[in-house]
Amino acid sequence: MWRAKPASLTDGAQSGKLPSAEQIDSPTKPKRQRVVLADSRQQKTGIRPRVELAQQTSWGEMLIKDLIGAQLKLGLAIGLVVLVLLGSLPVAFVVAPGFAEVTVAGIPLAWLLLGVVPFPLLFGAGLLYNRIAERHERAFVDMIEN
Amino acid sequence: MELNAWALVAVGLVGAATFYLGQHSSRMANSTHDFLLARRAVRSQRNAAAISGEYLSAASFLGIAGVVLKDGADALWYPIGFAAGFLALMLFVAAPLRRSGAYTLPDFMEGRLAASRPIRGFASFVVVLIGVLYLVPQLQGAGLAFATVLPAPVWVGATVVALVVMVNVVAGGMRSITVVQAFQYWLKLFAISLPAFVLGAVFVGGAAGPHSGGLDAQAPPVFPERTTVEIETPVVLQVDEATLLHADGVVNGAPAEGEVFWSAEVSHEVDAGTTLRFDAGAPVPSVEGSVPDNASWLVPGSDGAGGLVGTYSLMLALFLGTMGLPHILVRFYTNPDGKAARRTTVHVLLLLGLFYLFPTMLGALSRMYVPELLVTGETDAAVLLLPSAMLPGVAGQVLAAVIFAGAFAAFLAACSGLVFSVAGVVATDLLPGRVRDFRVASVLTAVIPLALAVALRPTDLTLSIGMAFALAASTFCPLLVLGIWWRGLTARGALLGMLAGGGLVLAAFGLTLAAGYTGGSVPVLVQQPALVSVPVAFLVMIIASKATQRAVPPGVGALMLGMHAPDPLGFVQDREIPRFGRAEERLRFSKRRHDER
Repeated sequence: MWRAKPASLTDGAQSGKLPSAEQIDSPTKPKRQRVVLADSRQQKTGIRPRVELAQQTSWGEMLIKDLIGAQLKLGLAIGLVVLVLLGSLPVAFVVAPGFAEVTVAGIPLAWLLLGVVPFPLLFGAGLLYNRIAERHERAFVDMIEN
Repeated sequence: MELNAWALVAVGLVGAATFYLGQHSSRMANSTHDFLLARRAVRSQRNAAAISGEYLSAASFLGIAGVVLKDGADALWYPIGFAAGFLALMLFVAAPLRRSGAYTLPDFMEGRLAASRPIRGFASFVVVLIGVLYLVPQLQGAGLAFATVLPAPVWVGATVVALVVMVNVVAGGMRSITVVQAFQYWLKLFAISLPAFVLGAVFVGGAAGPHSGGLDAQAPPVFPERTTVEIETPVVLQVDEATLLHADGVVNGAPAEGEVFWSAEVSHEVDAGTTLRFDAGAPVPSVEGSVPDNASWLVPGSDGAGGLVGTYSLMLALFLGTMGLPHILVRFYTNPDGKAARRTTVHVLLLLGLFYLFPTMLGALSRMYVPELLVTGETDAAVLLLPSAMLPGVAGQVLAAVIFAGAFAAFLAACSGLVFSVAGVVATDLLPGRVRDFRVASVLTAVIPLALAVALRPTDLTLSIGMAFALAASTFCPLLVLGIWWRGLTARGALLGMLAGGGLVLAAFGLTLAAGYTGGSVPVLVQQPALVSVPVAFLVMIIASKATQRAVPPGVGALMLGMHAPDPLGFVQDREIPRFGRAEERLRFSKRRHDER
């Protein structure tokens, strides 16, 4: 990342002429510039926890166990919700047959509930899981690297 | 069946496109690794299309409409389960499995559990078993489809598909398969949605030919016109009301010629080679065990508590079985990392959901227009016959050809994927593992199911596929789920659990097969064993692992870390495919890998 004299460069470009040699490196007034080639902060602070993880110290173990637990809980929760939603349908049709005979726009409700609705539901569940699982992982990475 | 010339053109086109795509991209595949893994850089969207293309087999393309025709609302659980399987795969398996670096399930067992050679060999055997269980009905479906559309004996279709698959797999390997599978997903979506839209419009517009009566009628469907049905495989039929028909052949073990009167109380056995003729307006008999009248066809759960248990068992098998299918898992390995594996699955859920809207609709229409399939029991042919029945003339024939092209793509896609993945396992675990062995294994894994498909009695596509899912759900699902989320799993425990679950499913399958030959019937839980076998497999696996806790591999912490740590942290280590590729092949690959870094 260069943080040197960009102002004069853009000024020159805006006024439609090239900056003169004086403007770029004037011999009389050498400005001190800070040149950052890579942000080293992340590396320095990230190394400790990374090593702890890799060497499986008790703290590292605890961190990864937390992540595994969170992901597993998330998977189970979403799986359970979908299973209960879909799994209650067969019972509902047996217990309340009248409910299956309702028609919506000429199509029996049961056919809509079984033939159309589950697919957006599954896709939505997948999308939600993906979003939350990625959030968990980002949080974990942030925690390790900061 | 008369020749549909359009269908020949369609098959020719699909075959040519498959070969072209396969050959075109296989030029780049040189080393073993290229060959097997498409160098792990397949993009997630295309990979999702490839997974969907591979997954949408004949059971999805033909079978769903067939069971909808026969069983009605209760059959709608099949597409739900087929799609929901990917949700389970995503929630519990996709990302960690990809990060584990295991390429096949036996590889996962070895990597995660430090399994010995014999245990690994057992896992390979289960992979082969699932592959065969899945392949045989595909090839049988191919035979049925070809015999429906072309004047060909049943073995022709199976042989054609097996040959095309063999050549393609042997010549190209994974990358070509990826392109081909992705192409075939879109082809299949087109081939099922176009007829669904056209026939739906024809139906709504009232332009279709005579049909078998409203679907909400109390009565069974009736023949719209005088219909002659030729019985090619022996069936047992039931009628809902007393029916007068004309039979020529063998009925109930006695020769019949002329008018026959069937009562509703008993079932009627009809032998092969018999011709039945029904007058217009006669109620359609149906194969024993299917739903006879339209009213109970239309309403789900009409077969009471037994049906309920069967439904739940089927749901469980499909929900948990998908993650154990060898050809699906191999695909996940081509994702670059765990996050991509998850994203791929989200795409897959979208693509599958889109596809599964259409077979249901075609199945319902076929109840009205091709009810004679209920008599022969060949309901899997429903989508193929529907266009001509609704739209006589060229339009119907062209639509039938489009559907046939889609079905052909379905056979090719599912079979290539399976042959490819099973051959990979056979080549690495049972043969020395050179590229040539892979080719030998491909030929073997295509020819053996082909022989079985021709020799065995065909059953409903969805039923036999259901058994493959039940087997996967009772063996590899517990192995994967416990292996990924529980440190305590041991190789012995996994082996015993797989033996218990798989043994139950195979026993149930044997009983069902035997009952099919003897004409007897088996309880629901034998037809759909997953509700028992899956919990048993999990329990045995957990208990046996607890009993052998000392055998937990020492590096389990590192393995768990590798599977669950987010990708950017860089704990993922891809396992080399053991013993695959000659020394110089491996060397070349490792060099290239080094350069890339």
